[in-house]
Amino acid sequence: MSALIEVSGLDKAFGGVHAVEGVSFSVEAGQVYSVIGPNGAGKTTLFNLISGIYTPTKGEIRLNGESTDRLEPNQLAERGMCRTFQQMQICMNMTAIENVMLGRHLKLKSNLFSTLFRLPSLLRDEKSCRQHAQDLMEFVGCGEYLDTEASAMSYGALKRLEIARALAAEPKVILLDEPAAGLNGTETAALEDLIRKIADQGTTVMLVEHDMKLVMGISDRLLVLNYGRVLAEGTPEEIRNNPDVIAAYLGG
Amino acid sequence: MLNQFMQSRLRGLIILAVILYALPAFLSNPFHYDLATQMAIIAATVVGLNLLVGFAGQISLGHAGFFGLGAYFTGIMTGNYGWSAIPALVVGGILVGILAWVVGRPILRLKGHYLSMATLAVGFIIAIVINNESQITGGPDGMPVPPFDVFGWELSPFGTYSLFGIELNGSQAWYLFAAAVLLVAVWLAQNLIDSPIGRALRSVHGSEVAARVVGVNTARYKSLVFVISAIYASVMGGLYAHFQGFITPAVASFDFSIVLITMVVLGGMGSTMGVILGAVVLKLLPQILTHFQEMEAVMFGLILMLTMIFMPKGLLPTLQLAVSKRLKKRAGGQA
Repeated sequence: MSALIEVSGLDKAFGGVHAVEGVSFSVEAGQVYSVIGPNGAGKTTLFNLISGIYTPTKGEIRLNGESTDRLEPNQLAERGMCRTFQQMQICMNMTAIENVMLGRHLKLKSNLFSTLFRLPSLLRDEKSCRQHAQDLMEFVGCGEYLDTEASAMSYGALKRLEIARALAAEPKVILLDEPAAGLNGTETAALEDLIRKIADQGTTVMLVEHDMKLVMGISDRLLVLNYGRVLAEGTPEEIRNNPDVIAAYLGG
Repeated sequence: MLNQFMQSRLRGLIILAVILYALPAFLSNPFHYDLATQMAIIAATVVGLNLLVGFAGQISLGHAGFFGLGAYFTGIMTGNYGWSAIPALVVGGILVGILAWVVGRPILRLKGHYLSMATLAVGFIIAIVINNESQITGGPDGMPVPPFDVFGWELSPFGTYSLFGIELNGSQAWYLFAAAVLLVAVWLAQNLIDSPIGRALRSVHGSEVAARVVGVNTARYKSLVFVISAIYASVMGGLYAHFQGFITPAVASFDFSIVLITMVVLGGMGSTMGVILGAVVLKLLPQILTHFQEMEAVMFGLILMLTMIFMPKGLLPTLQLAVSKRLKKRAGGQA
């Protein structure tokens, strides 16, 4: 069985700066796989490369055995990848539930004719889509905001909303970029539960996160980046005892 | 029951229908009717443009070009080739849609000012072609257009008609027809917005990168909405040509493109009812401002500037916000 995500020799240079350099690792289906490292280590760049927002300078990413070379983010979504952003990307011109319903875009067959004349088939699909979105919002814990304008929601609620939107696409793998950033202790604990629930449903989770307690608690494996290079890779136990990691990151 | 009605998605459409068909009570002469008919046709054009600008967040400074193409196609086919109005409008809409798709694919990759420039250029090219091909378009002198007709039945501003036993002159009949067209245009636009396609369009505006990572092919949707708004413009241009009975290259001019986009911004981007109000206000202002004579243009500019400074969201959204705030305050006071 091959890995769900296989990254080999990945390089990304911005001008002369190598944000990511020679990074290789693989993520098995069903894992919670975290990427950690100091600020500027290249974690978000790595996520942007995997999700097709950047194109690699060198190297290859395979999703389910297929090379993702030159695939657009929307084509990766069709292949089962979805993500959230460190700088949240919520459509503020829509309501909360519409944002989540947007996540089901690929699951909805819609043609212009049935849309313009609002045929019963469209209404049926919309109803079940709305129900699904509502279930997801309750699942992530922002069910009370259904028809609230996204622009009127709190930061913590928007973070959960973004996860609900990503889940709405029923991805095989979900990439969460610093989901705990800016959350308080209680919210982080709730987030940890949520990530666990997502993983228990069989969705592979890739995580970029600074909160070490969170990461060490839920990850199956970790990748430690430093200055764009892999410093270490392994289980939380191995990482915790790795002298390089302790020197560069944990112990300071 | 009343509450349910107010929540309904058809609320706006019903209110609009009531206003449109109650309006004749306040209109006394053919000039009023002609102005109202123009407003309705241009409002429908702006409703289409708003799909592109207000909902999908793209800009077009060349939309009068599509309006003009529709007007001239209809004028030429019905005037010189004996086509009936409906097929001319339909074929014109399809051809303009194809043209919009062809030019839209490359230029919609551009963003912001660059997209403005590119659409501006498209509008200019169309206007220049219409001006210069004087053998078929009449050039700067313009060309006459036969009245609107359906199966041999003509709708002319100079005819007389009877509807359910009520005698109507041509201007009145045209107004009722244009009002119905506007209602259909609004209904279609609302159906489009309140659908998976509409969500995808709005997400292009809200966050293009978010749209892409959930699988929205944003390039395709931008082209789609560009085409739809161009078809709106083309069909309305055709109707406008029939209504006026005479068209000049002004219908495709840069000035008119700017008027259209101003109506969207003034009325309220992303608010279908708002942009209709924008069209009405912008069409009405010059009539009211004639009292100021040579100061007319200055007053016009001043009003636009003040509106945008104090109501940056546009007329209707600002008013709605003020009303809902007041209602909330009152509800809070009682509790």
